[in-house]
Amino acid sequence: MVHDSGSRSFDLKAMLRDERFWKIAFQVITLLVVLLLLSFFLGNLNRNLIQQGRAFGFSFLRNPAGFSIGESLIQYRPNDPYWRALMVGLGNTLTLVVGGIVLTTVLGVVAGVASFSKNWLLQKLSRVYVGLVQNIPLLLQLFFWYFAIFGALPNPANQIGVLGLAFLNNRGVYIPWASSALLAILGIAATVGAAIAALFLWRWRTKIRIETGVGGQAQSIALAVVALAWLAIITLGMNWTVPEGVEGGGVTGGLRLSREYVASLTALVFYTSAFVAEIVRAGIQSVSKGQWEAARTLGLNAGMVMRLVVFPQALRVIIPPMNSQYMNLTKNSSLAFAIAFPEIYSIATTTYNQTGRPVEVFVVMMATYLTLCLLITVVMNQFNRSVQFKER
Amino acid sequence: MRKWGFLAAALGLTLAACGGGTTTTTNADGEAAPAGGGRLDVVKGRGQLICGVDGGIPGFSFVDESGTYTGLDVDICKAVAAAVLGDAEAVEYRRLDSTERFTALSGGEVDMLSRNTTWTISRDTSVGLEFAPTTFFDGQGMLVRTDSGIADLEDFAGKAICVETGTTTELNLTDQMRQLGVDFEPVVFQDADAAYAAYDEGRCEGMTSDKSQLVARRSTLPNPDEHTLLEVTMSKEPLGPVTTNNDSSWYDVVKWVTYGLIQAEEFGITSENIGTFEATENPDIARFLGQEGTLGTDMGLPNDFMVQVITQVGNYGEVYDRNVGADSEFALERGQNALWSEGGLMYSPPFR
Repeated sequence: MVHDSGSRSFDLKAMLRDERFWKIAFQVITLLVVLLLLSFFLGNLNRNLIQQGRAFGFSFLRNPAGFSIGESLIQYRPNDPYWRALMVGLGNTLTLVVGGIVLTTVLGVVAGVASFSKNWLLQKLSRVYVGLVQNIPLLLQLFFWYFAIFGALPNPANQIGVLGLAFLNNRGVYIPWASSALLAILGIAATVGAAIAALFLWRWRTKIRIETGVGGQAQSIALAVVALAWLAIITLGMNWTVPEGVEGGGVTGGLRLSREYVASLTALVFYTSAFVAEIVRAGIQSVSKGQWEAARTLGLNAGMVMRLVVFPQALRVIIPPMNSQYMNLTKNSSLAFAIAFPEIYSIATTTYNQTGRPVEVFVVMMATYLTLCLLITVVMNQFNRSVQFKER
Repeated sequence: MRKWGFLAAALGLTLAACGGGTTTTTNADGEAAPAGGGRLDVVKGRGQLICGVDGGIPGFSFVDESGTYTGLDVDICKAVAAAVLGDAEAVEYRRLDSTERFTALSGGEVDMLSRNTTWTISRDTSVGLEFAPTTFFDGQGMLVRTDSGIADLEDFAGKAICVETGTTTELNLTDQMRQLGVDFEPVVFQDADAAYAAYDEGRCEGMTSDKSQLVARRSTLPNPDEHTLLEVTMSKEPLGPVTTNNDSSWYDVVKWVTYGLIQAEEFGITSENIGTFEATENPDIARFLGQEGTLGTDMGLPNDFMVQVITQVGNYGEVYDRNVGADSEFALERGQNALWSEGGLMYSPPFR
């Protein structure tokens, strides 16, 4: 009875023994530490900027840039503002990233699957490629492709023609292309649209055939129609221009892919694909041997076993690490700067050098790469969800 | 419980990191950098000058096989080290490319730049630099292959020009070509070595940079005779050492050591004959060499700082001749870089 009042009042010892108190307390302390660190760094930055007589701000982005850029998707003149120059860089980065992701996926999956090939040469080739490329720094590979491979191409006067459709010289690669940018976008959109439509039709057809055992003709016809429509748009609608060699060197017409772009893309794709190949190999190996054997028992040949039974299951293991490879490719694209490809990091470097505002420019850079990587993650997470086991 | 232990350890570490850095900012070496000026004291305390150079331009700053730095820019670093520390060799060189030089300087990683940096108003004001006197008056030129048939800038329509990024060169080129209405393709490299390599193997018809640099770099190309400089000067390029804003005592030191080199040549004092000035009757020279007055100590330097500079490095004329002038492989004319009394632009305010 006497001690009763003591237990109701604040009991420090009991509280210190209580696990719940410590859980909350550590959260609070962690938060405080993070805030403290953040305020310290920001305060330090601010002091240093003031010491140099500068104020943080982004208004300089509206000043004219004054430098020229070698290649650009959008209209750009040297007296355009810095933000527009950065947009040009972003556009160039995107061409590298999008092209890189598509080609990396294809090459990586092929190389990964090839490591299971019964063909001795193909299998060894895949292993040598992965072992070699994974162990050489990307920057070296960029220089290698730029100087040793594409630099070894002849000068425009002695350029190499490929079947009269494409040309190669040490300035770049010239390929047939739509006569205007609008038509090119139309062609790409048509290709993507047709691919998606075909995928859905194919799935629908398979579903119907599984459920009813017959049928699917309507879907087959629709597939053929999509294919024909796509072919028609691509061959007739694009108003193709074919590059033509000029007397004495040089090329007119077609699309010029600069040597900087082609070398950057090649290096990035070869480098990232080696990692993708290993991911694909790991994914395929993760599928139990029983699945292979069961599929063979059903009478499927090796190609069909891979395509219909093993690979769809391997995707569950493959997709999450693929996400980080795509992000690596995106971030590594900034190295293309070293071989003069005017991607966003290159433009940003010029910008902060001319304006003396590294902090602001790096904030823009970080935001840009963060956004790109988050976008990739969101898309890949969606894709990942669609191939995981549906638990009911 | 294990998780708590980890958290506590992390907490301790962060607090330690925090406590170590709350009062001063630190540079790459972990040395305390002053909050408001005082780089001179930092250099004295360290006993060594950290000087940002290019390191790839023969005649200006170049590292040879044995790792020794030579060149006109390097000699400016040496002169400052001799003045402040009494030892021209007490210099640590940092090779900086054109895009990282200003951040390295404003971040306190180097004490000064002596690196082919053009004095411009925007760098002086918005980038926040202080430019010591010009040590080399230059102009932007264009290097082409002799057999290319290119005679002037108009011939570059549709052709490619290699250029190093982060330079005034990049902007001047654009300006000139806009003025002429010539549509060219810039191929912009971060690294000068890569830019010259790309030019050499034919990626670009032209390579543009400061004329002195083009002359120096041509000498390192596989076949120097196959390349010539066009007869164009696209800009004024006054090159000199650089410090940061808001540290005037340090800026004064770099500025007056540079002037001292020019003044020494004007007085006719060389590393050879400086001994003969020990008992000079000329009050100007006596003050200059620290025999009279307090010109050195007023600046926080030994009063005979110029004696150290001249004995160990020489005067401006000697530095010029040794590195890029008559006694070097480049044999550049003094031209604009002669003393004002000889028709050039080199002029020092009085040491008084």
